[in-house]
Formats: sequence, structure tokens, C-alpha cells
Amino acid sequence: MTEYLIKNGFVFDPVLGIRGDATDIAIKDGKIVETDAVKNPKVIDATGKTVMAGGVDIHAHVAGPKVNIGRNFRPEDKLFNARPGRGIERMQGGFSVPTTIRTGYNYARMGYTTVMEAAMPPLYARHTHEEIRDTPIIDQGAFPVFGNNWFVLEYLKNHELENAAAYIAWLLRATKGYAVKVVNPGGTEAWGWGLNCENIHDPVPYFDITPAQIVKGLIEANEYLGLPHSMHIHANNLGNPGNYTTTLDTFKLSEGIRPRGRFGRQQVMHHTHVQFHSYGGDSWRNFESRADAIMDYVNAHDNITIDMGAVTLDETTTMTADGPFEHHLTELNHLKWANADVELETGSGVVPYIYSPSIKVCAIQWCMGLELALLAKDPMRVFMSTDHPNAGPFIRYPRIMKWLMSQEAREQQIETFKHKDKVIDATHIAGIDRELDLYEIAQMTRAGPAKALGLSEMYGGLAPGLTADVVVFAFNPNEPYAPDDIEKAFGDVEHLFKTGVHIINNHEIVSNGNKRTLWVNARVHENPQVMRDVREKFLRYYTVTLNNYEVRGHHYVPNPYVIEVDATQ
Amino acid sequence: MTKTVTDVICPFCGTLCDDLEVVISNDGKNLLEVYNACAIGAEKFLQSQAKDRLIRPRMRQEDGSWKEITYDEAIEYTARMLASAKKPLMYGWSSTNCEAQSIGSEIGEYVGAVMDNTATVCHGTSLIAVQDIGIPSCTLGEVKNRADRIVFWGCNPAHAHPRHMSRYSIFPRGFFTGKGHTGRKMIVVDPRVTDTARIADIHLQVEQGRDYELLDAIRVAFKGEQLPDVVAGIPKEKIYEVAETLKSGRFAIIFFGMGVTQSLGKNHNIDAAIAVTRDLNEYTKAAIMPMRGHYNVTGSGQVWGWQFGFPFAVDLSRGFARYNPGETTANDLLRRGEVDAVFIIASDPGAHFPFSSVKKIYDLPSVAIDPHETPTTEVCKVHVPVAFVGIEAGGCAYRMDNVPIETRKVVEAPEGMMTDEEFLRSVLARIKEIRGFKR
Repeated sequence: MTEYLIKNGFVFDPVLGIRGDATDIAIKDGKIVETDAVKNPKVIDATGKTVMAGGVDIHAHVAGPKVNIGRNFRPEDKLFNARPGRGIERMQGGFSVPTTIRTGYNYARMGYTTVMEAAMPPLYARHTHEEIRDTPIIDQGAFPVFGNNWFVLEYLKNHELENAAAYIAWLLRATKGYAVKVVNPGGTEAWGWGLNCENIHDPVPYFDITPAQIVKGLIEANEYLGLPHSMHIHANNLGNPGNYTTTLDTFKLSEGIRPRGRFGRQQVMHHTHVQFHSYGGDSWRNFESRADAIMDYVNAHDNITIDMGAVTLDETTTMTADGPFEHHLTELNHLKWANADVELETGSGVVPYIYSPSIKVCAIQWCMGLELALLAKDPMRVFMSTDHPNAGPFIRYPRIMKWLMSQEAREQQIETFKHKDKVIDATHIAGIDRELDLYEIAQMTRAGPAKALGLSEMYGGLAPGLTADVVVFAFNPNEPYAPDDIEKAFGDVEHLFKTGVHIINNHEIVSNGNKRTLWVNARVHENPQVMRDVREKFLRYYTVTLNNYEVRGHHYVPNPYVIEVDATQ
Repeated sequence: MTKTVTDVICPFCGTLCDDLEVVISNDGKNLLEVYNACAIGAEKFLQSQAKDRLIRPRMRQEDGSWKEITYDEAIEYTARMLASAKKPLMYGWSSTNCEAQSIGSEIGEYVGAVMDNTATVCHGTSLIAVQDIGIPSCTLGEVKNRADRIVFWGCNPAHAHPRHMSRYSIFPRGFFTGKGHTGRKMIVVDPRVTDTARIADIHLQVEQGRDYELLDAIRVAFKGEQLPDVVAGIPKEKIYEVAETLKSGRFAIIFFGMGVTQSLGKNHNIDAAIAVTRDLNEYTKAAIMPMRGHYNVTGSGQVWGWQFGFPFAVDLSRGFARYNPGETTANDLLRRGEVDAVFIIASDPGAHFPFSSVKKIYDLPSVAIDPHETPTTEVCKVHVPVAFVGIEAGGCAYRMDNVPIETRKVVEAPEGMMTDEEFLRSVLARIKEIRGFKR
């Protein structure tokens, strides 16, 4: 492989602790190496430019059945944004739910090289993997959903932790999944009857277990296995005024539990898109931000990480395994509604949504997303996300960087709000003058999420030995800049290397890369009871046979990267 | 000696049964018996063993007779036809695997084709309705485990999806449905007294073409508002009864077929049916599902969805994907004379398109890829027989509820036969050579 030397760029890297010093970065055989280890490298002159590791997105909906429902049922999302194929690029289309091909290219153009698909219904794992396969360049993994799975509900109700863990290990292998995802625990099963679980003590119909028991049990099972990532949760009661108390109750379920395993993460709970879970008030009329209470808790508890779910004020397509929430949303905005319940496992819904700066609630949501990051004491535990495409499309990450890095940019945005005064009253943003620097941005978008995913030995930094995912941005942090320069530079990288391959050269995509699918193979002791239960449920309740369930390699996961976990010790 | 292969997936209809057992000869070359399949599915498996099956491509001669050609010659003809056409139509895609569909997409991109699948004359109207109003749906296992109100509207699963009722919808005992069919109410809406209608608890013998009125009347009845004495041939008392039956269920599901998608009103009928389902969700839980026909028409819409953003009628001729049913749909293009070559795979438009469209296919350079001899192959210039997907080749297929299942290869194809995937790959490679693409 070609060796590269990226010379003299302003490097921002939390792993090495470099805060903008001019440093050389060397690449050999797909890894970062010491600069004297390359003999005859191709030199990229990065003088006056910013250099970072490839970005890591811990939570985005970019592949799978509900994403494709979003594409197929919104032809309007493709209006006026098609891009013909040219050079090595294939045709691209779509805004809030882009085609897989555009998804890969757009992430690359922002300097992101690793993206986690946040919710994979196990029965649809093949579909998710087919889309991942057709997403060029970026490394990806997918999180199967467990929080409404009948096996999990039954094992945890009976306090059979070991069985729950064995089932998790089996399902991760069968679906080629990466982590334990929980969406509206118990609530989506209740949605099978048109019901919901609105707080963590609201019992699940028939199964007679509470969301609190599910969450706590899954944290414990996750740590029993010592998986790379922690349990990754979207809690109950999403999107309702006053729900911040449910969120705090959920956080508290992690208290006293410490991480196990060899992957070096600190947290036992990752709570995703917290913006949607930080609402005060008791109606849309007195709706207000309680990001302060949420961040007080997060700042004081180092076994929790979160991502923002920042609202970007776009027309977008919401999609989640939280089936009852999407039904609630369609009743609010009266736009088209798709729902897809999945036997024994989960459900999902899809509804288009327009976040308008002229609507008070939307403007308050915008403030809250940013407040979470601006109130964070430890940027290694608070990550950038839009819960793509729920709060906005991922292509807005550079714009969020602009808002986080510039109070002026935030004030400009607030000026456009129709109900500016009411919005300021209901939020804290006007009193925050913090401007994040690029080091903190690198923590929130690279080193932090990589560590939380248990991938700090592969991604998130520029230390020798890490995967050579390196980005050069045409941005000089030492010269005066306007806020919009940030958005421009970080949305259109000058150079991108993925696993040592030169993907973007002078803003042009020159390679489709060699993307990998990450999945976790956890070994547990043989568990005849779980295997008996699996056979029984397939025989009686599933509509596919057990032998037709497992996703096998080749076509679906052509280039796997398997992370082995041994839970038999 | 023989071997039995279990968990075989049936490549016939959208029910995509995956519990077949197939007995094959010990050398894996002959398929002897099929168990668990319906009559149609079993016949498809056994037909693959026909002694008079075509196993090599053939080209039509000036005098109308066929001449056998090699696969290489067929690849050359197909590649040249597509590479030199200004706007070829690449139609079908519903009875093959997602791997082949995916390579087809790439070919379509290179040559600027219009891609359309059999939904265009089937559930395309449903797809349009979903774009208008969405679709609350579920997997078939949800129906099996929960549903106690089952509606078949304009479809006849007893004949078209023969194992649907026994595997998923009426007879199985699921988790919350331990009484099987005795715990379910079955409603059939059909102008004919079909075999499905005969076993229903309630048969609404709607006047032909009046589905929209009846659907709207049910919505009115949900709200307890006034109805005329008779709507669409059904007395109002019956409509109130049906509305009450649906509302009183714990989980209702509407399955619908071409009786509503292709009769008067088309996509508007489906709009109304989905609105009925949305309304029902105010009172109880309800879902709706199209009874997709070909075993992988759903997959074709999924593959195009993630690659182009549209489920059918995808026009790639301008260098990017466009979608405008009525303009970019196969029949409209053919009848207006807008395409200059026709590539047909895994479907039979010769039997299902209007004669005026079929005549256009006959007049144009055309290739049909199909294991069978069909009305379509009879009007094309070149016919390429291929291995049967799901019998002689594996690959991914999507069930009517969008659940992907990997079909199995159970026997070897006759020696020297190509699969859809292999043939398309070769055509793609040849087109790249002809056009001088570097990608």
C-alpha cells in the first residue's frame, strides 16, 4: 500500500493530547505509524490546515427497513437534489433519507469514517446488512434491538440474567450485530396492542415486567458479557413535555454498576438523542428546556455517556423503533404515517416532520440540543448527533459545529425565531457564552464516541497503531474566520484517508474504499435451556424457521471485521 | 438413495413459505419430491425437472424460427443492444434474487435505462397510495400471534396465495391466538363468491368498482354517522355491523389484492383502505398489508429504494433517478414508443400487458431472460433460459411483509446453464468494455 505523510497540519487529537500544534502524521499499511517508519511516502502538505482523525457517529439511522420505508414513501425527499454519477461516483439522491450510495459519500465529505446504524430489527437483519454493503467507504456496525424482545422480557422477568446474556450472544451472532440497543423498553411491545409504557414503572401488558426491570437487566447482561459497547438506550416517554423526569429515572438505573471487559469504556449506559428526552413543562404551551437538570446529572456521573440529537431546523423524516411515539406524532402533525411491527421483537414507525424556526416548540428543541453540549463538563462523554434523520439530517453536523463554536452564530439563528422572546424564556441558551474549540469538537465527534463504542484501539485518534482514518480540513484555526467558514470547511474535506486508502483528494472522491462491517462475536458457555427456548419460539410463534433466520456471511457481510469477546471466563 | 433438504424456501408467491422439504437424488442433480408446498409451489419445483426444458439461449431468425446460440453470443447481443440504445426499458425483476436486481441496477445506470418491475401492473398503485398517506403495517407473525379480525379485500388467497391462511392469517394458533380460527372473525370483500369468500364469517359482495364508496362508508360507520340505505350494493346495517366487528377486535388486519389496486379508483381505493386502518387505530390496533404476487417483487422495490429512492418506475435515462408513474411506467413508455430496446427478466409481460404494449416489444430489439418458455419469450428476439432462483441458485428474497429470507439452492442446474446473476454480471462487464467505462 502507498505510504503517506501528512505534513505540518494543525493537529487536534484528544488521544495524543495535541491541541492544534503543527504535527506530521504518517500512514503505512492502513495504520498510523511513527513518522520515521515511512520510507518513501507520498507527501500531503497540510500547512495552514486542520488535521483530525476520521469522525465516528455513534447513532444514526442510515440502513435497514424503516430507513427504506422513509426513502420509498417520500418521493418528495428526492426533489431537486439528485446528483448524476460521474468519475467513480454512482448516482445519488435524497435529502433527509439519502440513498445508501449518497450516505457513504456524504459522510466521507464531512470526514466521517465510522457510522453505527442505531436500530436493527433482528428479523430484518439481512435487509440492514444489504444496505450497509451498498454504502461505500465508511465502516459500519448495526445495533439489534432488545428492549421489547419476548425472550428478553421473559428471562428478565424471571431474573435469569445468565440466560438473557446467552440469548444476547446468540442473537448478536445470528444477526451480525454490534451492540445491545433498547428503544422504549416495553412500550413497543405494548404498541402491539395500541398501548404504551409511559414511565419506567408502567408494566408491559401480559409480560408483567416494568421498563425499569428491562433496562437494569440489560445493563447487567451487557456487563456480564463485557461487550465492547454499553447498553444503548432510547428511554420511555420520548418527545412529551415533562419527560425529563423519566429520563432522570432511567439514568438512575445505572447507579452503582461499573463497566466490565477489556474494551476500556467508562460507561454502562449510553443514552441517545437526549434532546428528545429533556423536556420540561406539562403541555406544549409551557414547554421548556430542562437540559440543565439533565446535564447536572450527566456531569456528576461518569458511568453515563449521551449523544445530543440536535435539531437542525430542517424538513426531515422521523423514524424510530418507538412505534407508539410515531403514532402520537402523526396525530400531532397529520402527515403520512408508516408503521412496521415485528413479530416477537420490536416495531417501528416513520413520519415526515418539519422543524420550523417559526414554531415555538421547534425553536426550543433547537436550543436544547445545543445546550446539552454547551453544558457538558466532559466532552469525552457527550457526543454530536442529530439522531439522523430524526432531529435533522447528518449532513448538518458542520452547521452544528458552527453553532457550538460561535456564540455569534447562535445569536444570528435566535434572531430568526418568530417567537424569539418566548423561546429565550423557556431555554438557557441565551445565558451561555461558551464556545467550544476544535479539541473539544474532536472529543465529541472522534475520541469520545470511539471510546464509548469500545473501539478506542481502532478509531478516534491519530496515535501510532490506530486505523489510518485521517482527515485534512481546509481550515486555519489560527487566522480570523467567520462562523460560516467553519460550516464550509468541515462539510467539504480536502483530503480523507480511510484505513490508509486515499478516498478524497483535493475535495474529489477518488476511491470507493474498502468498507468493513463490524460485528461482535461473544462466546458464552453452552446454554441448552436458551437453545431449547429458541427452538420452541421459532417452531410456534415465528413465521420463519430457525434455520432460515441466521444472517450468513458472503452476500450480506462481504467484508466483516469481527470483534471477539470471551464471556466464558 | 435420496437426500431430503429441509427449510427450503418456495420461489413462487409473496407468501414465501420457508418450510418446504425437497427430496433430491444422491448426486444432487435431480429433484424428486416436494413436501409442504401448495400445488403451485410444488409444480414450480417439479417443472424445473422437465425433460424438454430449454437449456441454451436461442435467437429468432428472419423466417421466425429459433436458432440455438451460445451464452456468449447472447451476452454480446444483450450488451450491444443495451449499450447502443438511447433509452432501453429494463423490465421485470420480480422472480429473481436481490443480487441479480442489484447488478441490474448498475447496468441500468451505465446505459441510462428505465427500470420497472411487475408492481407497475399490480401493487404499483398501492405504492403510490403509501406515498400519499403512509401505511401502518406489521410482519405476518404479528398477524399470526395477535390478529383476531382478518379482512381480505379484493384478493383470493385460497387460490393466489394458497398457504397464506394456514401459515399466517386464519388458522394458525399463535401466542395470543391460541384458539386459532375459532378466535378470529374473517371478513371478505369481493364481488364474486370466491373460495375464500365461502369460508368467511362475513362476505360483503360489493358491487364491482365500488370499493372506494364502501371503504368510505366504513369510515363513516366508525364514527356512528348516518349512511344511505345501501352503499356499493351493501345494506347499511351490514356496514355498521362490519365497522363494529372491526372496532371490537384487539388487532385487525386488512389484506388487499388486485381487486382493489387495479379496479376503478386504483390508488385512491388504497388511500381509502389505509385511511380505514388509520381510523381503526383510534379504537384498537390495526394494520394493512398488500398481498404481493411474485415472490420477490417486494425485494425489487427495496433494492431500488436504497439505491435510487423509488420502488418502481425508475427512469435513469437522464443520468440520475427520476420517478413519475404514468410517464416512467413500462406500459406508458411502450405505448408511446419512447423506448428503443426492451430487456425483460423474471416476469411475463407478454401474458399480462395489453396487446398494444406487447406488439411494441415485438417490434423492438428485445431480450427475455426466463427459465420458462412464455408468451414473452415468444415475442422477443433473443431468449436466454437461466437457472431457477430458489431451486438451482440461492439468493435473497423479500416476503410480502418485507421480511428478507435467503432462498436455497437445492439441486444443480442442467450443465452449462447460467444463473440470472452470472448472466447479468457478464453483460455488465461487456457493456463496460463497449462503452469504455473505467469505474
